[in-house]
Amino acid sequence: MMSRNARIALLLLAPAAVLLVAFTFYPTVATLIDSFHSTPRGRRPAEWVDTQHFQAMIADPIFRQAFINNLIYAAVIIPASMGLALTMALLVNARIGGQAFVRLAYFTPTILPMITVANIWMFFYAPDYGLIDQVLGLFGMGGNNLLGMPGTALWALIVITVWKLAGFFMIFYLAALQQIPPSLLEAAALEGAGPLQRLRRVILPLLMPTTLFILINAVIEAFRLVDHVIALTRGGPNNSTQLLLHYIYQVAFSYWDTGYAAALSVVLLGVLALIALVQFGILDRRIHYR
Amino acid sequence: MNRYTLNVIAWALAGLWVLPLLYALWTAIHPPVYAARFDLFAPLTLENFIRVWNAVPFDRYFLNTLMLVAFVVVSQFVICTLAAYAFAVFPFRGSDWLFMLVLVQMMVMPEVLLVRNYATISQIGLLDTIPAIALPYLASAFGIFLFRQAFKSVPKELDEAARMEGAGPLQVLWRVYVPLARPTYLAYGLVMVAYHWNNFLWPLIITNSVTTRPIAVGLQVFSTVEQGIDWPTITAATLLSIAPLLVAFLIFQRQFVQSFMRAGIR
Repeated sequence: MMSRNARIALLLLAPAAVLLVAFTFYPTVATLIDSFHSTPRGRRPAEWVDTQHFQAMIADPIFRQAFINNLIYAAVIIPASMGLALTMALLVNARIGGQAFVRLAYFTPTILPMITVANIWMFFYAPDYGLIDQVLGLFGMGGNNLLGMPGTALWALIVITVWKLAGFFMIFYLAALQQIPPSLLEAAALEGAGPLQRLRRVILPLLMPTTLFILINAVIEAFRLVDHVIALTRGGPNNSTQLLLHYIYQVAFSYWDTGYAAALSVVLLGVLALIALVQFGILDRRIHYR
Repeated sequence: MNRYTLNVIAWALAGLWVLPLLYALWTAIHPPVYAARFDLFAPLTLENFIRVWNAVPFDRYFLNTLMLVAFVVVSQFVICTLAAYAFAVFPFRGSDWLFMLVLVQMMVMPEVLLVRNYATISQIGLLDTIPAIALPYLASAFGIFLFRQAFKSVPKELDEAARMEGAGPLQVLWRVYVPLARPTYLAYGLVMVAYHWNNFLWPLIITNSVTTRPIAVGLQVFSTVEQGIDWPTITAATLLSIAPLLVAFLIFQRQFVQSFMRAGIR
């Protein structure tokens, strides 16, 4: 016999449940199953191929490159965008001149589509006449095709991503900063805490729940945001900007190898699951929710 | 650090952050020869905008985008509100466990599952339709999470008072919880409008005709490097595509930031 609460709750949850099963849980399980099957071609249905895809993956230099690139991409983007976001929020919160404009400036990249933003940045990065190369040219270091050289292309994309995300994360920090009671900071100041000490001992601990929330979002974006890869480099040159999701997209929709794409998706799902476990398991214990 | 240094840093950063947009504006309102040359007295022109408007079915893309965004936001509001209400007000055995399961959607975003979701959409015959672009995003864990937080902060007395007057669960939701969660709806709604206005990968895969493509996908024709890059055209197209969003944001930015504060998203 179900409780009254359970009956009402299940009715309320039904629409969300149907959609979650159809577009999150079923595809997750199906992807796992697909990753052990061959790609159906023509009249040949998918067959069980055991771990063949995963063995192919280990030997696949593009996959290895995409995996390493994505780790570098995430390892730079997450701390850089979060650190900048916090800096921006602290600056905007510090009663500077033209506060509204500055806040707006930081936030604008958030509402611009990545795909069109990428076009503008492509102009910045263009060799010789692009803004960055013109500046480098002043120091006698011009003639760089920043998006066309394997050594710089990934970093060029990282800069765009950080620029895009920092303002969005700033809003969350700003909202949290404004909810810190001023009396708390005054008390700390009275006890002789300098600005840096107040930041470290009072502000940062109080911002921890926000930090966790932003961290989750930053991780998601680090593995989700590949629009600019499609627009600017298509993973090149020499796979130096290949990222996991972009490789999955290419394998699935350019080479139509859905079996291998499923196996690649399983790896991405595994990475995300691992990160989720670390976040919720270890970090959560150190944060005090009210 | 003194006030002066803070100001300099804040403004330098702000300048850096709007530079791409200013640059796009500069290129779009000048003839092509000035694309990479800065001359304060360069002649102004609207020709780039006119050319772009005529080259691409912008009006149709805008209409598609508006329909998509309206469909996503309204559906998300309904679906996530109902689910959040269940989690916040009607706890039952296993509901915490179920909530954790919902949160899985936050990490396993629809993009990761695009191969399988493409197959699903194809099976139900919705390829190249606007609902197809929206469907994987409708049961948003982010939305359910935020609304649940908002509903949990509603004083129990208000809920009880409404029930004493004989209101059913849905009436209580509509008259007590939803009005009190207004800032959360506004903040979440605006984030979702921006997200789906700009979303690219999934719409790119699932649509292939002018009558369904949202603006972000439609614009892709300009970024084909193969045909030589025409900067004034690209920047004019970029500015046109974001103009409605930019104007809306400029008008609502105060409310937007405030609703974030009041929503207490943290």
